[in-house]
Amino acid sequence: MSFEPKILAFCCHHCAYGAADLSGALRLQYPVNVQIIRVPCSGRISEEHVLNAFVNGADGVCVAGCLKGNCHYQTGNLRVEKRVDILKNRLSDIGIESERLHMFHVSAAMGAPFARFIEELVETIRGLGPTFGGQEREGGEQLDSRTS
Amino acid sequence: MILARPKTVSSILPLVWGMKSLVVAGCQECVTVCQAGGRKEVSCVAQLLEIAGKKRGFLFTIAQVTVFRQCDNEYLAPLDALLKKADACISLGCGVGVQFIAERHPAVMVIPGVDTVGGGGTVIPGVWEERCAMCGECILAETAAICPMTRCAKGLLNGPCGGSVDGRCEAGPDLPCAWEMIYQRLRKQGRLESLTRIRPPKNWAHSGSGAMRKVIREEVMPCLSVQPLK
Repeated sequence: MSFEPKILAFCCHHCAYGAADLSGALRLQYPVNVQIIRVPCSGRISEEHVLNAFVNGADGVCVAGCLKGNCHYQTGNLRVEKRVDILKNRLSDIGIESERLHMFHVSAAMGAPFARFIEELVETIRGLGPTFGGQEREGGEQLDSRTS
Repeated sequence: MILARPKTVSSILPLVWGMKSLVVAGCQECVTVCQAGGRKEVSCVAQLLEIAGKKRGFLFTIAQVTVFRQCDNEYLAPLDALLKKADACISLGCGVGVQFIAERHPAVMVIPGVDTVGGGGTVIPGVWEERCAMCGECILAETAAICPMTRCAKGLLNGPCGGSVDGRCEAGPDLPCAWEMIYQRLRKQGRLESLTRIRPPKNWAHSGSGAMRKVIREEVMPCLSVQPLK
């Protein structure tokens, strides 16, 4: 059985969620692996939210905000973009592929690009495989080469 | 306040590898303001450790707690019950907090989760600058409240040096010359005569040479010798 990734998408109310809605209204198909959470602004998303998704078994997380310069709250999408960049580094630091976290910018009129972005993301994550490959065991093991 | 910057989780991971139960402890004071060790950062470090563990096939049990002030023994009580069961504690407080937790719980390994940088403040959100070298002998009254110990690259007491060009330091083009700033401010205040006095070398005995510095105020200490009235 092929691996079906679980992906969480944080979409801002004013643009990205509108784009997702439009892609539905246009009857465009995109993979069902994505669960969308609507947020007032993509700038609301902090490191905690993204990490919480990974802790709870997400294979990928995507943050979708307004086009640059079009944020309803001026700079929320730019702030979260920087936050995402830093978080990507922090994830690579502990051995999680940074591609699992992705940010893109859309307007509410971009239903088709939204569906395409999601398709590409699902394909990327499918290629990476699950975040946590093996069966977790309780601690007590010795340090091995995988931690270095 | 005390400035600190977060350590990478990959540098903490080898220290706690193989341990089952961890506590990540934050502090609501300085490290919360410089966003290195407050409640949010505690949550991030705990979750990153959990993800790193799971990725390698292990489950850490991680408790998160943020106390009011780690550098005060009376506020460390919320940690007591958690640390009795824990194998290690990652403190996101400054170096003082780490040591106070370790003194209260000598059996537990306490690991610093941040690098303590020094005394400073917020310039703009996201930028914190050092302002105090904690030298133990303050001369700010003479230097128009600009500290040459932290802001002059050479820590000169009688500046500026010959490397100052157009108010910029030779150590870096982005660095303003502290002594130029001192001169300008003293001129505004009409106190330029302060610069005519040659300052003798600083007494570095106050700065921490000879181990731990101590401030003792007897009037604040509890009066143990006084018996309560019967």
